[in-house]
Amino acid sequence: MLQAVTQPSLDDEPIAPAVRAFIEENFLFRSNSAELLDDQSLMAADLLDSTGVLELVAFLEERFGIVMQDAEIVPENLDSIRAISAFVARKRSS
Amino acid sequence: MCGVAGYCGVDSSEDVGRSILTDMIGALRHRGPDDAGAYVDGNAGLGHARLSIIDIGGGHQPMSGERDATWIAFNGEIFNYVELRQELIAEGVQFRTQSDTEVILRLYEKLGGRCVEKLNGDFAFAIWDRTRRELFLARDRMGVRPLFYTTVGGTLYFASEIKALLAVPGVSAELDPIALDQTFTFWFPLAPRTHFKGISELPPGHILVARDGRTEVSAYWRLDYPEADDPLDGDEAAITEEVRALLVDATRIRLRSDVPVGSYLSGGLDSSLVTAMAKALQPDRLTSFSIAFEDAEFDESAFQDHMVKALATDHHRFGCGTRDIAEIFPSVVRATERPMLRTAPAPLFLLSRRVHENGFKVVLTGEGADEVFAGYDIFKESAVRRFCARQPGSHSRPMLFKRLYPYLPGLQNQQPAYLEAFFKARPEDLHDPLFSHLPRFRNTSAAKVFYSPEMARELQGYDALAELRERLPQDFSRWHRLSQAQYLEAAHLLPGYILSSQGDRVAMAHAVEGRFPFLDHRVVELAARIPPRLKLKGLREKHILREAARDMLPTAVGNRPKQPYRAPDAQAFSDPSAPAWIASSLSAERVREQGYFDATAVAKLDAKRRAGRIAGYRDTVALTGILSTSVWHDSFCQRKNETNVTFLGGHHASSRHAAIAGR
Repeated sequence: MLQAVTQPSLDDEPIAPAVRAFIEENFLFRSNSAELLDDQSLMAADLLDSTGVLELVAFLEERFGIVMQDAEIVPENLDSIRAISAFVARKRSS
Repeated sequence: MCGVAGYCGVDSSEDVGRSILTDMIGALRHRGPDDAGAYVDGNAGLGHARLSIIDIGGGHQPMSGERDATWIAFNGEIFNYVELRQELIAEGVQFRTQSDTEVILRLYEKLGGRCVEKLNGDFAFAIWDRTRRELFLARDRMGVRPLFYTTVGGTLYFASEIKALLAVPGVSAELDPIALDQTFTFWFPLAPRTHFKGISELPPGHILVARDGRTEVSAYWRLDYPEADDPLDGDEAAITEEVRALLVDATRIRLRSDVPVGSYLSGGLDSSLVTAMAKALQPDRLTSFSIAFEDAEFDESAFQDHMVKALATDHHRFGCGTRDIAEIFPSVVRATERPMLRTAPAPLFLLSRRVHENGFKVVLTGEGADEVFAGYDIFKESAVRRFCARQPGSHSRPMLFKRLYPYLPGLQNQQPAYLEAFFKARPEDLHDPLFSHLPRFRNTSAAKVFYSPEMARELQGYDALAELRERLPQDFSRWHRLSQAQYLEAAHLLPGYILSSQGDRVAMAHAVEGRFPFLDHRVVELAARIPPRLKLKGLREKHILREAARDMLPTAVGNRPKQPYRAPDAQAFSDPSAPAWIASSLSAERVREQGYFDATAVAKLDAKRRAGRIAGYRDTVALTGILSTSVWHDSFCQRKNETNVTFLGGHHASSRHAAIAGR
């Protein structure tokens, strides 16, 4: 995450706001919500169901030009805005 | 099969009484187009809309008993009326008709309210006892036939459907927020609650006695299971034989009719078995009906063909596409009188219309087998969740969830870590009496994110799961886990959702009576006593039923894994050519005016719908629930004052009468 912030490239856009916007638009159905914290578990908040995970993966791949391996589709990488952003930043920098 | 209505309370003139009964019965005409009748006696009145099935010439209702001291209005069938009639005749009772209606009346004259204990059937009836000046209402054990009531100005009104109650002056429709919250948790409100504030359902297996302005509701039957370590004696072969014999008898008495009886044939085990038994019992003639879905994901035509060939029934199949579902959905909501989270009732609504068009009034169905003999995936899911909980972190155990749901693509593409995460039992869940159903209840509850702030405020502090837990029978905790899960399905979901929205209501919308051999209370009671290991054997659902059906079905059908009956949900509402009512129901203006849901959130869901991106369970039930609530509101809640009156404001329109009676 830190790495991504300190070494921005031209095609980089701030990751966390884009992830938040997607989640708010598609899972929370509310904008600029104070209800959803960056560290909050999406599953514990009942925001993500089994189809939601697939929607999220498709969004990340399209938006950030990454390809997620099966083994990467795990809650550790995807269960909060912060975790997702960190994961995407790692993928893009690798 | 018919519709009943009536009242008991404050004295009114004969003219006023008849006028009210006429309006009430007018609202039930679809249930009984063949005949109508009314009876008024001072402070009480009975009305009846008749679909003639047994003793077509002699069964006019309301019907009176000895010296006109008792009067009855009856909806349903008493399948053992032949035997009961013989018993009564042997005791010297004289009959005027051949009808099952008169059997109830004679039994009541002999036993009073305890007559219900002798009845094997699907019934909702009202008896006015002139001598005692007492109204007696009763409903069948499993909740096949509906019965609702409300009180206005000291008078109790009752009817087969809520439409008829809304025809009574002074009764208005207003959404009960708790009922909506229960629906957005369980898919249905917990009886006696209905979606209509102030209107109650007489729960299955209950009677109501009204006298001198007092009303008493009590249970005469309850679904019961043995303690976990106290199952039925006898070996598997003997139990199998007992199940077979009883099912054949349950089917045999359900073929009693003075009009032809047809059969629904989905291609699954349950309806195939019922159809096979019916064909064996009446080899000459049997007409069967089925739905073919355009979408291969839901279609079972190949299995239907197999059965039709094996049984040589005269089969009628009608096609159902997403467009049909979207178009008919508002009519389904008006027929079932409820917001609903699934579209599955819609194809059955269309099917009953075809049955009616083909001249049939009665069909047998396989409904109930999954509850009674443990067929639903949720029973297996629950067992697998416990299995996984014993070894947290296992990667192989969660893969079993894929085996449970071969027909759900979203789940098939899931990684083990997420499978485990979704189905994972939290430590406190393992001791929760609702353990088996927690994932479903939680997934459904996720759709509450769409509540409007007013709705959320109104429901603050209310916990639907807690209410259900409190209502469980005292000995529930001593039952086997499978029995507990079966109880939740059979005592709650079956009457609350399945029979109410896929059974009586969608069939009777077209004057078709469904008959359910698996819901014969003798079958239900026997199945409850069968050891759980014989119902769910490993992950083989309905094991004992499959064994009982072995010689009656082709192997391919008998061994076929369970495919739950499902219909296209979100797809039906997302098609670019979907009917206009969908977009207008989701418009910000309409959503705000109705006040139940958050207009901004609904707009985002609608954007997802228009993009064809609604695929998951939560979004699907939310979309269906929001649409059906909107249709429900438009159909039943007439607001006189248009100036910003919300459903929470307690505003009552003064007359529901004209608006509803004509629908």
